[in-house]
Amino acid sequence: MKRRVVITGVGVISPVGNDAQTFWNSLLEGKSGIGRITAFDASDYPTQIAGEVKDFNPEAYMDKKEIRRTDRFVQFALAATKMAMEDAKLEITAENAERVGVYIGSGIGGLATWEEQHQVLMEKGPRRVSPFFIPMMIANMASGAVSIQYGAKGPTSSAITACATGTNAIGDAFRLIQHGHADAMITGGAEATIRPMAFAGFCSAKAMSTRNDEPEKASRPFDIDRDGFVMGEGAGVLILEELEHAKKRGATILAEVIGYGMSADAYHITAPSPEGQARCMKNALRDAGIEPTEVDYINAHGTSTDQGDISETQAIKSVFGDHAYKLAVSSTKSMTGHMLGATGGVEAIASAFALRDQILPPTINLENPDPQCDLDYVPNQARKADVNVAMSNSFGFGGHNATIVLKRFEA
Amino acid sequence: MADTLERVKKIIVDRLGVEESKVTLEASFKEDLGADSLDVVELVMELEDEFDMEISDEDAEKITTVGEVVAYIESHK
Repeated sequence: MKRRVVITGVGVISPVGNDAQTFWNSLLEGKSGIGRITAFDASDYPTQIAGEVKDFNPEAYMDKKEIRRTDRFVQFALAATKMAMEDAKLEITAENAERVGVYIGSGIGGLATWEEQHQVLMEKGPRRVSPFFIPMMIANMASGAVSIQYGAKGPTSSAITACATGTNAIGDAFRLIQHGHADAMITGGAEATIRPMAFAGFCSAKAMSTRNDEPEKASRPFDIDRDGFVMGEGAGVLILEELEHAKKRGATILAEVIGYGMSADAYHITAPSPEGQARCMKNALRDAGIEPTEVDYINAHGTSTDQGDISETQAIKSVFGDHAYKLAVSSTKSMTGHMLGATGGVEAIASAFALRDQILPPTINLENPDPQCDLDYVPNQARKADVNVAMSNSFGFGGHNATIVLKRFEA
Repeated sequence: MADTLERVKKIIVDRLGVEESKVTLEASFKEDLGADSLDVVELVMELEDEFDMEISDEDAEKITTVGEVVAYIESHK
């Protein structure tokens, strides 16, 4: 008998707010977090816009020494974790430490550290490369730093599946609790790659929007005039807990995690495959033990790329049949941009809030739907709805697909 | 000497995030200033840059206190 797993705390650092409630309010208001890049001089780059985290103050979450020896993505993870732990009111003690684990992913890791230290290597030679270079750069360090800071001694690992990272992390953490390896998991994703190398690479791959003169309109999933994704950054961290463990300590339960599915496209390094994405959603439904008709809302991967949005729409239709036209689909990336490895974290949180508040976040900038994207994408305005089951999709370069299924909590 | 100490102090305060008052000549990097082995390597690099000198790994390993660093720099200037 699998154990039941619930969400008891959440924390968010995002382009539309540096705490979970502000993030959620922004989504419901249809507020875009996209603007001109301030992190570096992007004037030579085809894409000059991004969803930057604004007014982030790491000193509110860690001491000065810790800040110096952590990359920005780890700082985001530590900040989101602090808020999630406070939200869950979960204390790690000598008694429970071995039963609490950490599973926070990052798609790329410490890219800022990479760039800076590579420059040091080129200009000053190997003897000047920081001893902190490796521990700052490796993508598993969000999990490592959180477990060290909180003394969480249970299972600790990290997913690295590009844009599917956050969802894989949450799904894997869910399984660890389900199968009895931990009673609580700190999980989600963190990313901070608004950096020259990432922009140069994604621009060369022609993956990003170049709508530089209208940043807030640039991320427009399912719209005929979309021209690529817009990069975001941040972290989304959730506290997952075994149901009885949560009840015993009187925790407030936000939603239940009921299913997790994965699949590989086995097709192409960057191009999506509707067949692979459909299998992923089917696997998640089977794992949850529910019928497709029970799903009310899908928080789409919906990155605002030409192929991606069509592929996901086709995949949803093939899984849900007629019900595809009855359920609601939205892409909150229209507002946050694509937070890469962090995206699964914040989108799971948005899905959980949709279940809690019975309201669906919109897809903004959906002015002229692509004829090949003909589902109900909750265009431009949040909407009240009966939401009992929500699904969150994440698909990554490499053909990694991950889907989790959340349900409104009933005791 | 005083000048050397001030410059060393400034680097230590900045890198290790400690109060200036804790950086005395007797202070041990590991015990009193909370530095781990990686911090010490980084400090040595900073000092090499600041004083335009090379500190061999062998010598660096022998240095455990602020006073020893200052003395080392003074004698190798």
